[in-house]
Amino acid sequence: MDSCPLVKNILLLDSEGRRVAVKYFSDDWATQGAKLAYEKSVFMKTLKTNARTEAEISMFDGFVVVYKFVNDLHFFVTAGEEENELILSSVLQGFFDAVALLLRNDVEKQIALENLDLILLCIDEIVDRGIILETDADTIAGKVATNGVDGSVPFSEQTISQALATAREHLARSLLK
Amino acid sequence: MAHPFLKKDDDLDEEDEYSPFLGIEKSAVLQEARVFNDPQLDSRRCSQAIIKLLYLLNQGETFTKIEATDVFFSVTKLFQSKDSGLRRLVYLMIKELSPCADEVIIVTSSLMKDMNSKIDMYRANAIRVLCRITDGTLLTQIERYLKQAIVDKNPVVASAALVSGIHILQSNPEIVRRWSNEVQEAIQSRAALVQFHALSLLHQIKQNDRLAINKLVTSLTKGVVRSPLAQCLLIRYASQAAQESSFNSQTGDRPFYDFLEACLRHKADMVTFEAARAITELSGVTNRELTPAITVLQLFLNSSKPVLRFAAIRTLNKVAMTHPLSISGCNIDMESLISDQNRSIATLAITTLLKTGNESSIDRLMKQITNFMSDIADEFKIVVVEAIRSLCLKFPLKYRSLMNFLSSILREEGGFEYKKAIVDSIVILIRDIPDAKENGLFHLCEFIEDCEFTYLSTQILHFLGNEGPKTSDPSKYIRYIYNRVVLENATVRAGAVSALAKFGAIVDSLKPRIFTLLKRCLFDSDDEVRDRATLYLNMLEGDVVGETGNDVKEFLFGSLNVPLANLESSLQNYVPSEESFDIHSVSKEVKSQTISEKKSQSKKANPLGAPSASLATHVDAYERLLSSIPEFSNFGLLFKSSDPVELTEAETEYAVNVVKHIYDEHIVFQYNCTNTISEQLLEDVSVVVDTSEAEEFSELLSKPLKSLHYDSPGQTFVAFEKPQGVSSTGNFSNTLKFIVKEVDPSTGESDEGVEDEYQLEDVEVTAADYMKKIGVSNFKNAWESIGDDCERIDEYGLGVRDSLKEAVSAVIDILGMQPCEGTEAVSNNSRSHTCLLSGVFIGNVKVLVRLSFGIDGPKQVAMKLAVRSEAEAVSDAIHEIVASG
Repeated sequence: MDSCPLVKNILLLDSEGRRVAVKYFSDDWATQGAKLAYEKSVFMKTLKTNARTEAEISMFDGFVVVYKFVNDLHFFVTAGEEENELILSSVLQGFFDAVALLLRNDVEKQIALENLDLILLCIDEIVDRGIILETDADTIAGKVATNGVDGSVPFSEQTISQALATAREHLARSLLK
Repeated sequence: MAHPFLKKDDDLDEEDEYSPFLGIEKSAVLQEARVFNDPQLDSRRCSQAIIKLLYLLNQGETFTKIEATDVFFSVTKLFQSKDSGLRRLVYLMIKELSPCADEVIIVTSSLMKDMNSKIDMYRANAIRVLCRITDGTLLTQIERYLKQAIVDKNPVVASAALVSGIHILQSNPEIVRRWSNEVQEAIQSRAALVQFHALSLLHQIKQNDRLAINKLVTSLTKGVVRSPLAQCLLIRYASQAAQESSFNSQTGDRPFYDFLEACLRHKADMVTFEAARAITELSGVTNRELTPAITVLQLFLNSSKPVLRFAAIRTLNKVAMTHPLSISGCNIDMESLISDQNRSIATLAITTLLKTGNESSIDRLMKQITNFMSDIADEFKIVVVEAIRSLCLKFPLKYRSLMNFLSSILREEGGFEYKKAIVDSIVILIRDIPDAKENGLFHLCEFIEDCEFTYLSTQILHFLGNEGPKTSDPSKYIRYIYNRVVLENATVRAGAVSALAKFGAIVDSLKPRIFTLLKRCLFDSDDEVRDRATLYLNMLEGDVVGETGNDVKEFLFGSLNVPLANLESSLQNYVPSEESFDIHSVSKEVKSQTISEKKSQSKKANPLGAPSASLATHVDAYERLLSSIPEFSNFGLLFKSSDPVELTEAETEYAVNVVKHIYDEHIVFQYNCTNTISEQLLEDVSVVVDTSEAEEFSELLSKPLKSLHYDSPGQTFVAFEKPQGVSSTGNFSNTLKFIVKEVDPSTGESDEGVEDEYQLEDVEVTAADYMKKIGVSNFKNAWESIGDDCERIDEYGLGVRDSLKEAVSAVIDILGMQPCEGTEAVSNNSRSHTCLLSGVFIGNVKVLVRLSFGIDGPKQVAMKLAVRSEAEAVSDAIHEIVASG
């Protein structure tokens, strides 16, 4: 897989650096401890930056990290230092926008945890063992939303009633816990 | 950390801390997972349970083998449910559990059924799951379905099969190779991502067939590639193909360059950037080829998106190392990035500017950096300080403004590492630029007036004591040093007293004043300070008026002449008694490992230490050691000492390594021996050298070692004569000869002893031993100024090599020269490379070498070697080295 763009991990952390959902695709971090240490250092190093309007980028320890924050959620995508930064940023953008679509723009930790299944499926549809599967937010969200992958109705163009139905279903699920 | 939410019990009352997983516990969730076994599946409850399991796994919780197997088996029951949402979670869960082979069998049939389902989503996911968990044996069974899936009309299914193919290729390449027709068809797909995955897979299938790759790339560069990701891949493949063929066709037209250049106008930023980066990385890229790429990157520098700015400045930073002039047009854009919010971008901009800057722009640049320095973190500041140090060494005439800059940031807030980097830089500049000395010392004086780090204060005082007396007006430093005696803690006061004494010893006119000052120190509250003052007063008193004796100077400036580690252990063993401690009883033998330790630290080592740089320490230590041996005193100046070469295997009875010292007409082998047997004492240790394979050398003398105790290293020397100024080579076989005595460890008594021998490995003297690694800062200038009067150019075939990288480093090793401008780094996959080397050959002849390498398909490496030096004979000698190496 020498020259194929590869993603090393996708992280979604809360405003205190704790995991909401994470997925590692490379063995750069062999143990749980190494993963947590990496998350902590990424979180601390980016905490003071303003990544709310535009995605930001940083490089350390031989990795390139692009990140974007919204409310109390911090989105990160990591790759090796030789990776094309813009490819990486398109992955981040796809992830970020797909989550926004799936959570109906209510992108915050509480809602994300209540819909953890959607977040995990979303990551699963973006990257498969490091290889980029899809970066278009509409397509990703469409694949995650249970009404199928035939893509006849783009997720963002669902009718209000359809959208409300999905939303109600998710709300009900979280209440019935 | 597995349950971060449990720990938040105390702030439960905070409404917004509520989590749906609050208080979740593994055992309870496993209990809950039993619903999977219900005959009447409740898909909602099952989904809830799976989500909780996934949550636990995601938080880093681990399941025991039994727990995992249990969960896996019950999850497989869920295939009965028709609920598609639940099915998605089941797929995810199976992947997370990554079951072992005998468990996989349970789900195989269910997954194979899904692979043939009418529902696209089932097909796509079942393929990904099955390929993930299966091993080779099952693959042949499902191969037919996978081939079908690759050309499926649903792009998601096709992508799932192609991506799975990329993964399977790593473990079962022979199976995937059979799919190339289908993959070829998928490349024509109208779906963007399918094209990307198909291209990636096809390239990997054919990666060993250069001709096929070339054909594939050529046809695609002419066609239409829809997805930007696929276009990026194509750019990578095209530039690889260009690297591979460039060495063969030197007609000037680079294959695929037109394609790369056309990609610069693509509408997707990621493609334009990929193309620009590919162009900058072409080996031997010309300025004309670079220009359009630089223009694109320059546009990115002004983008509103940080990621674009970062990508552009990072690429330009790399270009600056090889083609600083070609990006000078971007200097204004880069200067505006100095104030960028993103500190990574700002730091890259600064270091790039420092590389591209010319002498005239330095002053302006410094002004801008000064504003920038106040609001970045220390780690970035250190990078900047290092860049400034190398800039100053490049433009020595500008030392004044750079030195002023360093001193101004020295006065600002900062941590120890940062301050140390600045002080180290000033010291290096003082050492390398004589004009900067007084100015630099003055800045250091000012710094210790207000320095909170004891370590730095004492180091600077030591440095002042060594350098201050040699300046034109030593008296002005006295005040700064004495102020430390008045105001500082005991450690610094003691250091200041020593520094004062050095001024007294060297500068006669200052001696009376120093005397007065030292006398005041006699009343200090600290023992060490008083002791030092007393000692120095007594030493200097002997000859208040006349010239200070040489022994005094030797005592103050010379080093202890014994390794500190040995002195420390001797002092620890010393028992207070009538007899005073005798420093001559301390073993002078340098433990060879201490030298290598020093070497390994050399990058970080503090250049303030006794003799400035640690690299110098290494050479100085040898020089001092050799000059203390009268037999070697008439050999002249030591040209070079090699690194130690081990002559024994690790963990043998006797450990011996050799250091080769090269003189103009002589060569000295220093054998460092260690006796690792506690019951033995070796006496009369010498090395017998057979020079039958080194005809030009004749043995002059051998200096045996009287005794070699357990675990305390000692040295024996053998010196040879050789023709003057010539790089004679040869092979020397060595035998260690000694008298071995058995020692009773309890009493320390030993017996008569017997003669014995021990075979050592051979020592080789190669041409590289006559070459000193000396870098030049600007290779091009040096190359042109040395002229082509003594130029010799020839071409060599190096045969089959693993990689170009390996061939380049082998040639560098043979020549023993210093690679310049980072040209020793060979990028992966490149097919040609140019390497620049410099050095000084024996007889102090400057030598510059330009090596051009190329590698072809079957890994045959060819090399063109161009040598310029100050003497024809030396240029020829370099060619001879390569020809015989």
